[in-house]
This record gives sequence, structure tokens and C-alpha cells, in this order.
Amino acid sequence: MIVDYTKEISVIDGKPSFADIENVIAAPLDVKPDKKYFIALSITLTMLAIGGISLGLTFYYGIGMWGNNQPVGWAFDITNFVFWIGIGHAGTLISAILFLLRQKWRNGISRFAEGMTIFAVLTAGIFPLIHVGRSWLAGYLFPYPNEHGIWVNFISPLVWDVFAVSTYLTVSLVFWYIGLIPDLATLRDRTTNKIKKLLYSVFSLGWRHSSRHWHHYEMVYLVLAGFATPLVLSVHTIVSFDFATSVLPGWHTTIFPPYFVAGAVFSGFAMVQNVLIIVRKIFNFEHIITVKTLERMNKVMLLTGSMVGYAYGMEFFIAWYSGNPSEQFVFINRAMGPYAWAYWTMVSCNVISPQLFWFKKIRTTIPVMFVIGVFVNVGMWFERFVIIVTSLSRDFLPSSWRMFTPTLVDFGILIGSFGMFFTFLLLFIKTMPVVSISEVKAVIFGAQPKHHHDHGSKEEPETIRSGVNHV
Amino acid sequence: MSDKILYSVTGVFDTPDEIIKAAEAAADAGYTKYDINTSYPVHGMSNAMRIKPSSLSYIALVFGLSGAALALLAMWYISSSSYPLIIGGKPYFSLPAFIPIIFEITVLLASVMTVVSMLAIFFKFPNNSHPLHDTRYMKMVSSDKFGISIQASDPLFDEKKVNRFLVILGAQLITKIYFDEDELNVKNNVFEPKFIGFLAMVFLAVAGLTYFTLNYLMFMPPFNWMANQPKLNPQHKTVLFADGFGMRLPVEGSVARGFEPYLYKGNQASASKNLINPLLPVKENLSMGRMKFDIFCSPCHGYFAKGDSRLRGQFPNPPSLHSEKVRNFRDGDIYHIITEGQNVMPSYAKQISREERWAVILYVRALQRSQNAKETDIK
Repeated sequence: MIVDYTKEISVIDGKPSFADIENVIAAPLDVKPDKKYFIALSITLTMLAIGGISLGLTFYYGIGMWGNNQPVGWAFDITNFVFWIGIGHAGTLISAILFLLRQKWRNGISRFAEGMTIFAVLTAGIFPLIHVGRSWLAGYLFPYPNEHGIWVNFISPLVWDVFAVSTYLTVSLVFWYIGLIPDLATLRDRTTNKIKKLLYSVFSLGWRHSSRHWHHYEMVYLVLAGFATPLVLSVHTIVSFDFATSVLPGWHTTIFPPYFVAGAVFSGFAMVQNVLIIVRKIFNFEHIITVKTLERMNKVMLLTGSMVGYAYGMEFFIAWYSGNPSEQFVFINRAMGPYAWAYWTMVSCNVISPQLFWFKKIRTTIPVMFVIGVFVNVGMWFERFVIIVTSLSRDFLPSSWRMFTPTLVDFGILIGSFGMFFTFLLLFIKTMPVVSISEVKAVIFGAQPKHHHDHGSKEEPETIRSGVNHV
Repeated sequence: MSDKILYSVTGVFDTPDEIIKAAEAAADAGYTKYDINTSYPVHGMSNAMRIKPSSLSYIALVFGLSGAALALLAMWYISSSSYPLIIGGKPYFSLPAFIPIIFEITVLLASVMTVVSMLAIFFKFPNNSHPLHDTRYMKMVSSDKFGISIQASDPLFDEKKVNRFLVILGAQLITKIYFDEDELNVKNNVFEPKFIGFLAMVFLAVAGLTYFTLNYLMFMPPFNWMANQPKLNPQHKTVLFADGFGMRLPVEGSVARGFEPYLYKGNQASASKNLINPLLPVKENLSMGRMKFDIFCSPCHGYFAKGDSRLRGQFPNPPSLHSEKVRNFRDGDIYHIITEGQNVMPSYAKQISREERWAVILYVRALQRSQNAKETDIK
């Protein structure tokens, strides 16, 4: 097959008009939610309620309700935290890094992925707060002049975490809102409902689609993308420092930062792919979020999945190569000890399943890629579980070895976190445009002027002024 | 119509190519106060309109650098100056460990402030009362048309010429946009007494409610099972004992360490004869004696034992300890008086241990010597 690389292939199927794009994206906002939506919402709210009850029990009786105990002081709570922060990484990667790399296929999925980032980080943010035990004292995590006259410890990675996660949430929110402003203005001008019009007017701040504004807007978008790119890499790096700066075998590794970032992008893309497959079907976005886009996401998953697999192998190699018996024991214990089932679940989900994406047939078959995406997320949750629990349960002193057994409350909080994330997501798809209208308009066929005024641009206006025009 | 104030003349186009040409034509014709409205950013528009590159990237630079400097300064102040703590043997100012937070604050301040400056300073948002809002023109450019709007405030503006200019460009639906008179004539009601009164009421209500709620919430201990245990605390009331005290007296006849029973009860002459100060007048003993004297003796006897009480007549003043009589006391006499009390002076046996009593005696002797120095002391 000969491909003409000199021509840019449209990332949108067909040649929809601007009005078509607008109508199809705004459609979910114009119609009342149907029965299926309420069924879905009631499921996620039930999950959220289970989480709420579990949290209530935790607050009332203390974190003794969890399976955590010495020596496994970090278990489900930190596993869930790292898992959800990781899910949040796809959004900024899509909106910032792919923007800088001029990957136009991101335009159809960026809004949704950014929304998922915010919801995932909000969900993740709960876990450090409940993990401290007395959540009502969590304000001490921030350095503020208080009546005790003492401050936080700035050389602790846990404090870096507070700064990284809160900065990440703020910048993601700003990025998301900036992208929403032109779309809200478009919705403001097309709606006939008075309340909606008021809300859209307030939140679009009076945007007028002025080219003098677009001029600055594009610069700010570029600046934000430039800042968000190192930020997204820094967040999971700092999360990995929580482990890597300790002296525990299995945690004390320099490979952690790149390995965690790759894993985060891997799981984030799997989650975005999973949810988009459902959303594009329900809302008829198949021509905007094309199979080609999904295939590209699968390629990213193949790449990051291979990086994660390489990191697993490299951990074993370094354990052997270092000649450190404690380190060697930890890795043999992971693969063959009491938690071997978790380890092999992780390996089969994270290393083997994404390798299927080498086949184009699998990359473009929606049900298969959906299943692989689910596997990847299961595997990535287990990766954090394996890292945290196996390392803690058996460290230097065999006399202090102890197994970790999760309680019902642990599972309740895990279910609740999924409930919270998907409740946010369901509310989002009914209240805001889940695909960026202005960004998609900019990439449809005929949206950009042909480059005919590269030279001699002075002459053309002359001819226009003398009365020659082509209308 | 004629008394309305004209804002601009507008026209719309169907394709991005036409709008680029229109923008170039408007720039070439010398118009400066015109705008192009498109529902997405059209490539090459800034060049066509001859707009200078955006200066927002410099704002990002300035705020980014200030964020870095601020974070570094704050961490230096907190960790090295305000409350230095040694953690893991690391230096107070450990730059490598500060870098993650410096980076985060840089990104935070630069991104947020760039966006805020763009919206608030460059665009003067929020602004929902612009004349272009709620016009047919706005609705079209918001959806699928490409519009040009040449403002009446442009120095070259001439209604007829602008109309012809747009016609020649091939613009459709050329319309005039007027300022909304209702909006222009809107009076600001902010300073009306009614409104200010309302604000004051709201302020008082919110402040009062916040004060009382916080006062309740801040002193409400959450889940204080550790603090409130079913046990007797000292100095608390109880119904368990007949006397109602939570604190118990020691069992009859028990002897506290350092408070052995006094052998010469009521017998000063014997005490004076038999008791000898076991302590030497060295610095440690004298300073202990001084401390105990200042605490227990000086309120009545005065800091220098001159009998100058600080109680201002609430208790009878004792005589000076510099008198001939007291100077001639043996150490055993003073020890007996501290232990048993004398006249209105109570016993200090429970407050001052035996050793401390001897130290106080050493100090009293030093005080006496200071007021009645011998000639040899001066040499």
C-alpha cells in the first residue's frame, strides 16, 4: 500500500459541517437524561454510598477497621492513591504532551481525558487524607503559620507529594476550564433555555470568539502545555519518591520514577480508552472519536506497557546484579512467595496482554481492545499492591514478617472510589460538552485556509479592493 | 434609530479563506479597531491581521521566576531560620531536597497567573455586556460563520465607506450593531443606603454566625475516647469517696523520700546543740539555698532577709535576720525554726527537704555576712 505522507489525513471521519459537529456534541446536553442514564447513576451512587459507609466506620472507629498493621502499614489506601493518581496521568498527557507534539487526533478526546484527570485526582486525594487517621487534622499538611509555631518538613517526599498533587489538580482544572470557555460561549449562543443561558454566560465570562483573543489564547494554551508537560512527569516521579527514598528492599530503587510514570500513562490510557468506547457509542461520536484514534491510543498502551514490562525485568536483573541478598530475596519472594498470585496476575495483565496490540486486527477490534484495557487496569492496581504489600510484609527481620489481609471496609472504600469517579463522570457527560467543539471544528475538512497567500500576499487584497471577488 | 449609538458594522463569510482575505484587506485599508470573530482559531489569522506576537509568554516567565524565588525564600525561612530542626542529619538548608517544591510552585504560579492575567487584564473579562453579545451576528459566528466587525471608534470609520468595503469583500448580512441603550443608561445601585444596609446586615449575620459556630466547633473534641477515660483525675470531684476528692491522702504514717520524721520536735535547745550543717558553703549549695530562699522565704523576709515583706501588710512583717540575735543563732536553731515554724511563721517541713533547709541556712549566713562584713573580708 502506498501512503501519501505529504497530505494530512483528517482525524475526523467524513466531512461533517460545523453545524453538524456542534449539534452532535451538544445533543446530550439538550435532551433530558433517559432511563439508562439513571440506572447507571444509581449504580455508581450505590457504590459511592458503600464507600461512604466504609469511610464513616473508619472515622468512627479509627483505621483499625482496615487490614493495615505492623509491618504492613501501607496497604489498600496507598495502593488506591497511586492507582488513581496514575489514572489521572492520561488526561494531561493527551492535552499537553500530544498538543506539543502536534498530534491532531488528540482534539477529539482531550476534553474527556482532562475531565477524567480531574476526577481521578480528586478521588486519589481522598486516600492520603484518610490514611493520616485523623482527617480533620489534615490541614497541618500545608505549611501555614500556626499557633504551635512549627512547620512541615520540606525534605520529606510526603510533603513534596502534597505540593505535587495539589498543583497538578489546580493546573489541570485551569487547563480544562480554559478549554471550556469557547465551547461554553457557543452553547450560550445556541441555547433557548433561560437558566442554561445564564449559567453559560457566567461561566463563559463573555467570550466573543474574537481573533484578537484567540491570538493570546493560543499562546496561553501553548504556555500551559509547556508547563503541564514537566508537571505531569513530576507528579508520578514524586509519588514514586515516597517509596524510592526509603531504605526498604523492593522500594529503594532508582528505576522507580520513569517506571511509575510509564505505568501511570499505561493505566490512564487504558481507562480513557475503556470509557471512550462506551461514550462514543452512546452519543454517536463514532466519526469524531474514530477507530483510528482508539488504535493510536492502543499503540501508546503498547509502548508504555512494554516499558513497564522492561522495568519488571530490570528490577530482577538489578537485584541479581547488585549481589544484595535482601534485595534478591524480595524479588524471589514476590514471584514465588505467598503473594505470587498477585505478582503473576500483574505480569499477565500488564506484560502479556498489551503485547497483543502488535496485531492490527486486535488494535482495531473494539470488544477485544476493551477487554485488554480492563485487564491493564486490573494489572496496574495489582502492580501497586505488589510493590507496597510484598515489600512491607517481608523485610529484613524474619521475626517481624506478617501477612496482610484486607477487611470488608478496605474493599468498601475501594468500591467507593470507583463509585465516586464514575459518578463524577456521569454528571460531567450530561452537563458539559465532553468533546471540545472548537478544537474539533479546527480539524474538520475545510476548517483551515489553504496556504495560497504564502508569497505575494500584498497583491491579493489589491485585486479584492478593485472589485474582483469570488463569491 | 438615529439617536442610538453605533458600535460597529459587521458582515459574515462562509469560508476561512474569505475571512483571511477580509482580515488582510482591513489591515491594509488602515483600520485598527476591527475584529474578526471565528468559533475556532483560524491558522494565519494573526499574521493576516498584523497583530504583534502575544506578550503573555513574558508574563509566564516573570511569574514563574517569582514562584521559584518565593518558594526557595519561604523554605529557607521556615527550615533554616524560623524553626530549624535536624532531620536525618541533613543540613537545614538542603537545596536538592527543596527542588521538587520549587518546581511545583513555579508551575503553579506561572500557569494560574498567566491565565488570570489573560482573562482579567488582556480580555477584561468577565464582560457580558459587550454590544456584540446577544446579536444575530454573535449567534452566527459562534456557530459556523466567520465574521468581521469594524468599529465606529476607528479613526478611519465612515459608515458608507465601510459598507462599501464589506460589499466589495463579498460579506453577507451586513448589519449595524448598536450599543444597548438600556445598558448604557443603567445606574449603579451599589451606593444606595438600602443596599449598603442590606450588606451590613448580611455582614453582621455571617460574622456572628461564623463566630458562634466556630466557637462551638473548634472546642468540640472529635472522638476523644483517649482523652476522656473512666478514671479519676487529680483535682477532680468524685462521688466514690466520702470527702468528694478525686485525690487521696497518703496512708497514715507513710514517710516520703527525703522527709524523714524530725527528731527534736518541740525541743529547740536540743536541736541547736546536736544539729550540724552537713553541707559545705560551696557554689552549688549556695545557689540551691538562694533558689529555695527566694521561693519560700523571701515573700516575708525579703530578698536580702531585711524583713521587708512583699506582702504589703497582708501578713505581719518578720524581724530582720541581720539582728544580733539571729546572727548568734547556731545553724541548728535556724533549722529548727524552718522545720517547726515560730510565732506566726508556719512549718516549712513539707515544702523544703532536709538538704534544702541546710542549703537555705548557708545562704542566710552568706546574707548576714554581706551586711556585717569583717575588715578582713575587704582585703
